[in-house]
Amino acid sequence: MQFWDVVLQLLDGFKLSVLIFAVTLLCGAPLGLPIAFCSMSRNKVVKGISKVIVWVVRGIPLMLQIFIIYYVPGLVFDFPLFGELDTWFFLEFGIQDAGRMIAVLIAFTINYACYFSEIYRGGIESISKGQYEAGEVLGMTKRQIFFKVILLQVIKRIVPPMSNEIITLIKDTALANCILVAEIIKKANDLAATQQLVWPLFFAGVFYLLFVGILTLLFGYIEKKLSYFKS
Amino acid sequence: MPILEVKGFKKSFGKTEVLKGVDFTLEKGKVLVIIGSSGSGKTTLLRCLTFLETPDEGAMFVGGEELLRAPMTKGMKDEEIREKRSHFGLVFQNFNLFPQYTVLENLCLAPKLKAKEQPDYKKDKVRIDAEIEARAKELLMQVGLSDKADSYPCQLSGGQQQRVAIARALALSPDILCFDEPTSALDPELTGEVLRVLRELAEKNTTMIIVTHEMAFAREIADHIIFMDEGVVAAQGSPAELFGEQTQNEHLNRFIRAMEQK
Repeated sequence: MQFWDVVLQLLDGFKLSVLIFAVTLLCGAPLGLPIAFCSMSRNKVVKGISKVIVWVVRGIPLMLQIFIIYYVPGLVFDFPLFGELDTWFFLEFGIQDAGRMIAVLIAFTINYACYFSEIYRGGIESISKGQYEAGEVLGMTKRQIFFKVILLQVIKRIVPPMSNEIITLIKDTALANCILVAEIIKKANDLAATQQLVWPLFFAGVFYLLFVGILTLLFGYIEKKLSYFKS
Repeated sequence: MPILEVKGFKKSFGKTEVLKGVDFTLEKGKVLVIIGSSGSGKTTLLRCLTFLETPDEGAMFVGGEELLRAPMTKGMKDEEIREKRSHFGLVFQNFNLFPQYTVLENLCLAPKLKAKEQPDYKKDKVRIDAEIEARAKELLMQVGLSDKADSYPCQLSGGQQQRVAIARALALSPDILCFDEPTSALDPELTGEVLRVLRELAEKNTTMIIVTHEMAFAREIADHIIFMDEGVVAAQGSPAELFGEQTQNEHLNRFIRAMEQK
């Protein structure tokens, strides 16, 4: 097998890694916000439920969560939610067995939403009470205070922990291969099994490295953009 | 008729009774200074006036209108509180400027948001915004910070930040401007510039309530002084009355002596 054939194969897999990454980020980042607000709720029941969910989701290995979401509906309820599904969206990415991918996306989104929610909560709670009070005595509504005063300060504070979490996310996508989603590690493993080639497995690391390199530059840029004020 | 009348304010936090029935009145255009040791309830009183806390008991009238009668006030809607609060401005001990906005934006943010709620704002957007900015620039000139309009709070000294905070409170033209120890977070050499601004406001007959530990300043600027002790008004009167005959109230004497020794 030629070098470039291997690269193309790996690239095919990496497309799925990036797909998992992008969907998790696009769905998980917004979903984290309501979870964060529930965790800070004055209603003890809402707060309790939210805290338990975050505890469970952060307390169980992501790989296990993927198994649970993929297998449990079929095993326990005899209702295989994620059996053989074909949808145009996934066919576009060359995914025949969309059910596996959907299960992975759900598991990742929930898992990361919980991690993000804790980062948001920390960020929001770190803003001094005085900022809220200043907004209040200036006659602003709670909504205006949050969106016009608090939010950007929170964003500035959560950029470093968020970038950390997002960098972890791209590498976590490798876990999808536990239910045979053909992301890059699965592809590399297959090459090792069928072509007796070991180096592609190590070469896969280069893809992650490049991707993380780009992310690092991006977050550095955002941090710099927000460095015009201190809070 | 006094512009502000406070009757029987009581406030407890848990088992600690911070205000034990506070009454006072304030005439329009006058300066009321509140002194007293830490924990005497001065700050809580200011926070009750500006609706940051709700008193457990008591009533408050501004210009004869009943703004608050505890404990009924507990269930007040946010909208209602915002409306009532607009009579008051508050300058905090630690400024609380919005760090992500320039000085000018700090002054314009709340007035612009308020203007947006008016039904005819959209028609006249450009004119109204320009008016707000012109007024903000005027206020910056008044506090001597015209050249800092485009600076961010982190680029200013503490004294400058506090002057911006004063201008920001004035931008909404409150009836009564409250100050919660406006110079306590400042280095000694920076208090002068803030006190100067307060003096100028007093000369323009701005109605003010100032909580301060600066005794010389209190004596000089106050029309009326309240000495608070353990949650009640322990003594009150003109500066001459309070600082002159230091015989009536032992706590007051001890407090004034302690402050002068500093």
